[in-house]
Amino acid sequence: MELWYSLVDLLPFAWSQPGSMYFMKNALLAVLVISPLFGLLSTMVVQSRMSFFSDALGHSAFTGMAIGSICGAVDSTMAAVAFAVLFAVLFNVVRRHSALASDTVIGVFSSTAVALGIFLSTLGGRSFTKFNALLIGDILSVEPGKLGLLAIILALVFILWAVSFNQLMLSAVHPALAHSRGIQIFWQETLFSCAIAVVVTLSMTWVGLLVINSLLVLPAAASRNLARTMAQYHLLSVVGALVCGVAGLMTSYYIGSSAGAAITLYLAVWFFLSFLLRKQG
Amino acid sequence: MKVTRHGRPFGSCVNSCCLRLENVSVRLQGEPILEDVSFHLHCGEIAALIGPNGAGKSSLFRCILGQMPYSGSITFSPADGPALHLDSEGGDAAATNASRPLVGYVPQTPSFDRGDPVSVLDFFTAATDKWPVWLPVPKYLRQRAELCLARVHGEELLDKPMGALSGGELQRVLLALALEPVPSILILDEPLSGIDIEGAHQLTAMLDEIRSNFDLSIFLSTHDFATLEGFAEKVLLLNRKILKSGPPNVVLSSPEFYDTFHLKLGTEGRR
Repeated sequence: MELWYSLVDLLPFAWSQPGSMYFMKNALLAVLVISPLFGLLSTMVVQSRMSFFSDALGHSAFTGMAIGSICGAVDSTMAAVAFAVLFAVLFNVVRRHSALASDTVIGVFSSTAVALGIFLSTLGGRSFTKFNALLIGDILSVEPGKLGLLAIILALVFILWAVSFNQLMLSAVHPALAHSRGIQIFWQETLFSCAIAVVVTLSMTWVGLLVINSLLVLPAAASRNLARTMAQYHLLSVVGALVCGVAGLMTSYYIGSSAGAAITLYLAVWFFLSFLLRKQG
Repeated sequence: MKVTRHGRPFGSCVNSCCLRLENVSVRLQGEPILEDVSFHLHCGEIAALIGPNGAGKSSLFRCILGQMPYSGSITFSPADGPALHLDSEGGDAAATNASRPLVGYVPQTPSFDRGDPVSVLDFFTAATDKWPVWLPVPKYLRQRAELCLARVHGEELLDKPMGALSGGELQRVLLALALEPVPSILILDEPLSGIDIEGAHQLTAMLDEIRSNFDLSIFLSTHDFATLEGFAEKVLLLNRKILKSGPPNVVLSSPEFYDTFHLKLGTEGRR
């Protein structure tokens, strides 16, 4: 962290002066880690039409938090991560063995998770207000310890992408073809859903439940308007997420709004720009 | 007499069976999908599977590919290897033989969005190599993909987005993919649907060329009866059961064929 602080100290902003405003410096580092993470995952979420699924995962993360706080878990985030992973695995198992369309299965899981979350968090007449913070998120509350964890997750997702991306892409494009080439589609999809579950749950506290799904959809959606190959698709998605992430954080600092919402709005602008510049043919 | 490249006569079963199905049956939720399907596919033979929609053509392919549980037995005897039994739980046909995979599969044309940022090179590399295609594809893989596409005269397609390919072009890319690595049996699910007459002729000529170049058996399903004569050596008429099998002219003029497709005998029943 010291290295990071001394690096930021070189920036020409009021908040980057040495020895002050550590929360902002932590937040900037968090954005630099979170946005490529979302940019990367976003490519496959959009490619395999899973945006509704990632939205449902956000809801399950909230339920996990509620369970965690009821059980008096030391860290409710860990309970939430565990619940979200369980949710992701269960969803994949049910989808595999059911004849229902996948958006129907997602709807079932999503509504169950939300209902359970609200039920548990209001149990015994308790107030829901303490969960309001989760809905909007606060990136300035990020702690250096969590940043280390996020950096490890980023590295793990990179490894997953290096090892599994081809199989994942083929499974999304044509399951029967993927299977005929020896790809274990179920495990690929489950692993990918778990990765989304972990990332969404860990970053929900900072980005906010209401806007977190936009980070999983907008970077790749914008990138698709312009990219013609997978490499371009990833580059534009990650760079777009990074630039919008930093711009959103700065804007929220200077005008005092939620950083998650500001980042999303920048991404939305980027999407419409890319739509206007979209490739032809 | 027409002979295979091994010098064996076509039609003879002596040591020349590549794929052997015995009493293959499939039931889904109590409903029979396939009943007692038995046939032999010889090495170097082109066989066509015809039948109405819902006859079980795709299910039969899925059994051979090891993607669907069945009762009965399916045996492979590739020209250059020992016979292999597939268990009824559906072992992985594609992975059973490391030196030469048993089955290459060309699925029914998958849907690509026009905007899908997947180039032919990306698609090809993702299916044939470990190199993650979200990184720029290195030169040696590019050259290899080019060589494979050359087998189907499709080198110029390499940098096109998958979503921008015509039906015939997409078929060629999928065919090139099924030939890398070269299998013993090539299965094609409705390869002639969605392409025009000219494209169909090109494709059948190419399949014939591939069959002799790579010495493999080809098994395909189709609704395009007009192209079968002069192309396929054997036609199997399937409607849950094998109703008739034999050379194209025999099957296409049989009462079973006319019954199955609700045609009146004596009328022109071919497209």
